[in-house]
Amino acid sequence: MADEVKLYGFPGSPYVSRVTTALNLKGIKYEFVAEDLSNKSADLLKYNPVHKKVPVLVHNGKPISESLVIVEYIDDAWKGVPILPQDTYEKAQARFWAKFIDDKCTPAIFKAITNHGEEQAVAEAQEQLQFLENELNVKGKKFFGGDNINLVDIAATFIAYWLGAAEEALGIKVLSKDKFPKITEWCGNYINCQVVKDDLVPREAIVAFFRKRFGNA
Amino acid sequence: MGKRSEIKLLGTDASPYVNRVQFVLNLKSIEYEYIEENLACKSELLLKSNPVYKKVPVLLHANKPPLPESLIIIEYLDEIYPDIHPILPSNPLDRADNRFWASYIDNKFFPLFEELRQTPGKEGKEVIKKQIIEGSELLEEAFVKFSNGKAYFGGDDVGYLDVVLGCFIGWTKFFEKHIELKVIDELRTPKLLEWTNRIWSHEAFKNTIPGNETLLDFYMMLQIHKPPRAA
Repeated sequence: MADEVKLYGFPGSPYVSRVTTALNLKGIKYEFVAEDLSNKSADLLKYNPVHKKVPVLVHNGKPISESLVIVEYIDDAWKGVPILPQDTYEKAQARFWAKFIDDKCTPAIFKAITNHGEEQAVAEAQEQLQFLENELNVKGKKFFGGDNINLVDIAATFIAYWLGAAEEALGIKVLSKDKFPKITEWCGNYINCQVVKDDLVPREAIVAFFRKRFGNA
Repeated sequence: MGKRSEIKLLGTDASPYVNRVQFVLNLKSIEYEYIEENLACKSELLLKSNPVYKKVPVLLHANKPPLPESLIIIEYLDEIYPDIHPILPSNPLDRADNRFWASYIDNKFFPLFEELRQTPGKEGKEVIKKQIIEGSELLEEAFVKFSNGKAYFGGDDVGYLDVVLGCFIGWTKFFEKHIELKVIDELRTPKLLEWTNRIWSHEAFKNTIPGNETLLDFYMMLQIHKPPRAA
């Protein structure tokens, strides 16, 4: 019996992008169900009653929610290209950085965006980004995962593509090339990966989104 | 002549996140050296071991670099000692379900209590209390689903969510006593109430769950060092 895989999401979401990248890495065929977040489908509410959010992966009728939980599930359930490191300690480290991106880094960046590049907010965001810059420096490779992308690269997708669009929309700078040469290089490398590129929406659409949502009246 | 412990744990007695790791070490019968931290005056070792968060718990395993974050430590311990009392299930979907609820507990449920402490005014507090009650009812449903008629989230014996949520039952007792907040009660969350009684008396949990005095000291420390917001 063939696997039935559905992904509920909307195309401009960085969290959905994490999941499509993971699915593409494993070569998994899936059906994308586009959700209108202002009018959520009965299915979405049934599959994610706790948070009522996207992405939700439904595998043979069983739903899984929360983007990083879904990515780990994909790695657990399907063989093929590994998303997490094989070594136990390195796996723990990868989970740590992915969690850091969600818990500290992205919220700080978001605060800088919603505060229109206010100095203190930008400084705090840059303080968090510095940890990632150091991590790339120490690794000395193309990606957080080494020569190939792993969980951490996937978790950082917002930084790779959405942050630049937000900066352009609002005329602010958080990820400056002189302060963050490694991350800047990583962004270009990451979004050039076929498994990522295939599902990215045009940059203008994201710029327009940020302009509309957070731009000055 | 003492055996040098391969595992050291930096922690503080009152922290439910530290307690979780201790439960897992107990369940797996792993000997470890415990180093108590004073969170009002953090040691050089802690600041060096966890420069990103500066928090406990931190696991120091043999000569590996330090590992912080309780849920990450638990999965790590489960993977290096897989044969003794496995914590997470092996089926990918069950693992995802467990991780989802751990994420709910840590990102949505537990933060409500600190929010409650920091929120000024009776009205503001009532709003948060209502969210806590709703959360506890969601967890009751989750317990019914996971336990499937058995004693624990993990089934016949304790598993991941028993550890992830069980660390908090000292605090729920504390809140009931000191701020009249009944998180778990016989009417709204009867199954969870029965479950907490089992956790209180479980070998791996009972000597680790902090008592009222420890929690009161910690709570007072928080009130001083991170005072509630002004009205």
